[in-house]
Amino acid sequence: MANTITMSYEVPGGDFTRAGEASSSLKGSLKKMNVDPDIIRRVAIAMYEGEINMVIHANGGKIDVIISPDEIEMILTDEGPGIEDIELAMQAGYSTAPDNIRTLGFGAGMGLPNMKKYTDEMKIESQVGVGTTVRMKVKL
Amino acid sequence: MRVEELILEESFRLVNRGGEIDREILAPYCCDLLSFAMGRMPAGAAWVTVMGNVNTLAVASLTDAACIILAEGSHLDEAAAKKAAEQGITVFETELPIFEAALLIYHKLHG
Repeated sequence: MANTITMSYEVPGGDFTRAGEASSSLKGSLKKMNVDPDIIRRVAIAMYEGEINMVIHANGGKIDVIISPDEIEMILTDEGPGIEDIELAMQAGYSTAPDNIRTLGFGAGMGLPNMKKYTDEMKIESQVGVGTTVRMKVKL
Repeated sequence: MRVEELILEESFRLVNRGGEIDREILAPYCCDLLSFAMGRMPAGAAWVTVMGNVNTLAVASLTDAACIILAEGSHLDEAAAKKAAEQGITVFETELPIFEAALLIYHKLHG
């Protein structure tokens, strides 16, 4: 498609200290493209939450970001355990994160609700034992 | 109020001088749960917390916080100190309890 830019990021699994590198890198790129700061903030927050989820639950994954004149789309794909009940996972406060994640200040069950809150569109496709794909769009 | 004005504050100790030291602080914000802070912290906040790990720095950067204030005598761990320097995020430490640190900033903002 004309006038689109695609950027791809690998999210390493298990390394909690490196979670956020993809979002930080995207944030820097969007800044250089002079994208509105509020849009950048929303995209960066939504993507960071997604990254954290991949690190906690799915041993990493990959993220493609497609920037077009109208919107920024983030596609997060992992080959993790999948989500059994998406509706339940979307409820604020519901979490399956282990205790060691909680001591770091995460695991409060706010990740997916935050992603929904900061994006204009969010779709989750997941199959238990196969993996999860989350698509999020922020309109420009 | 600008971030640099907090350097003169007796009870605050500057542990990392960030790139945007002249940044305007718009409000104090208190929360130790990073997921909550991620969802609710307004841009331009002086974020008062006891969490001093690398994820604190990532959240501050992504939510566009003006600075981090580690209260109750808490410190940045080694990896976090390195990250703060790399990302140019201003961090203060204080012995004050969270509420008092935030109140101090609130009074500076609102007289």
